[in-house]
Amino acid sequence: MERSPVPVLALRAPKVPLLSLDTVWFQVAGTLCNLACRHCFISCGPGNRSHEMMSRAEVGRYLVEAADLGVKDLYFTGGEPFLNRELPGILEDALRIAPVTVLTNATLIDDRRAEELATLSRGARYSFEVRVSLDGLTPDTNDPIRGEGSFRTTIRGVEALHRAGFLPILTVAQTWSDEEDAALRERFHALLLELGITRPRVKVLPLFRVGRETERTRGYAPDEVLTEEHVLGYDFWNLQCSTSRMVTSRGVFVCPILIDHPAARMGSTLAETLRAFPLAHGACHTCWATGASCRN
Amino acid sequence: MTNPDLVLDDPALEGPLAFVGGPYGNDRALRAVLDDAMRRGAARIFCLGDLGGFGPHPERILPLLDEFEVTVLAGNYDLALAERRGDCGCGYTHPDDNRFARVAYAYTSRRTSDADRARFGTLPRHIRFTREGVRYLLCHGSPRRVNEFLWDSASSDAFLERAARDAGADQIFCSHTGLHWQRALPSGARFVNAGAAGRPANDGRPDAWYAWLPADSRDAEFLAVPYDHDAVAEEIEREGLPPEFARTIRTGWWTTCLEILPAKERLRGRH
Repeated sequence: MERSPVPVLALRAPKVPLLSLDTVWFQVAGTLCNLACRHCFISCGPGNRSHEMMSRAEVGRYLVEAADLGVKDLYFTGGEPFLNRELPGILEDALRIAPVTVLTNATLIDDRRAEELATLSRGARYSFEVRVSLDGLTPDTNDPIRGEGSFRTTIRGVEALHRAGFLPILTVAQTWSDEEDAALRERFHALLLELGITRPRVKVLPLFRVGRETERTRGYAPDEVLTEEHVLGYDFWNLQCSTSRMVTSRGVFVCPILIDHPAARMGSTLAETLRAFPLAHGACHTCWATGASCRN
Repeated sequence: MTNPDLVLDDPALEGPLAFVGGPYGNDRALRAVLDDAMRRGAARIFCLGDLGGFGPHPERILPLLDEFEVTVLAGNYDLALAERRGDCGCGYTHPDDNRFARVAYAYTSRRTSDADRARFGTLPRHIRFTREGVRYLLCHGSPRRVNEFLWDSASSDAFLERAARDAGADQIFCSHTGLHWQRALPSGARFVNAGAAGRPANDGRPDAWYAWLPADSRDAEFLAVPYDHDAVAEEIEREGLPPEFARTIRTGWWTTCLEILPAKERLRGRH
């Protein structure tokens, strides 16, 4: 199993308060994935069992707690969530409580699966969003990161979702420079338009220099860490850890990025995690510097 | 800037009330809505903020609200103008939406006098009153945040129950999204999003909308008021604002700032 190097902890890391528990994430497929993307911040892949699949019953217990705490929305990710055979039931349970987003590579979504999801969506009062990860405009740029053949199978999944009536949100990790950013965002929109998706939606996320990404590029430098000065007068609502928590088979963590770091495990129940957290990791610097949120 | 809540104690509040969401610089839509509310005998009219932005005549909105003695609270647009911030604070990330938001904000800012900015700075964030034992709270985005979007399909019952509890209110009126909806929660608390007056409701109707609360009722009605939208579209074009804004006004379908819409609301629109 691949592990990120032990993070360099800031001596006096500033703390982010939990302002409100609005969003609960579920690592519903654990770290198991049918792809092994080279930038994956939690090194997911076919053999990674750092976090296990979650059962419908296990998720259900947290859903009850989340609703009691007044959760606003729910996110399901992995790994690849559709590897979890109980996912349809889990999504059905979740949509009774709150709006739901599922993050997938769409390689396991065919017309039949897309239609099942559409039926679920039509029957729900809340929005059901499907976010699809892709990292290049062509197989030439995508597949070296996400794996041979993945561009074609992901696009097939996107088309199936579109045929079933979804407006999938393409989620792209920013593997390009800031100078190229605006142009590339436009080109991902154009890619969706070419597929006949007339209402293209694209979300760009920064790279987190943890997990497998540390081998593709680099890890965090010692000075990429937050101090009290960084957060002086800062609006903590901008950091997703001020309003969300991540549930995995191993407990409740501060955020989706840091689940490989034991210090980021805050408790066994959501109620145990309703407290401040030290922004001690390089990844915290990325969220702060880029204004990133894993939310839609 | 933190302004104290405006707390009202007025027997007129027992009568029918009108709640007007974002006028967005569309003075013709606003006048049509205010005329309609007066004709129906509104005992009091409230405006839930975002006076400028998008439409051609932001400078005409405050005078119009004063003429009809409307009680106004601050929207994120008004606060941004008061504080001379660089943008409206809606938080768009898509390049097109960003550009449209920047154009609208720069235009509105140019047309906002120092006196109006100062006035925006004094507007309350919340308005509270009690009516037949029910505690009402009026806000722009959500009770806790001026720029939080409360969409029908993206706000869970659990969250709204908590928001009402935290705000110490039984009935909340909000706006900010531009789309009207209401929900009675299991606890009996109720949320009403009044939508916007200055921009159509993305339903293919070019009308102006507002919310109406009859006397002796907690059930809001949403009223669509026709107005000379073609004249506003022409003004938008004459002023050199994006033609997309004029198209929204003419057709009733949103053409801009669509990225923030959740799936269900987005699928109901045309773009």
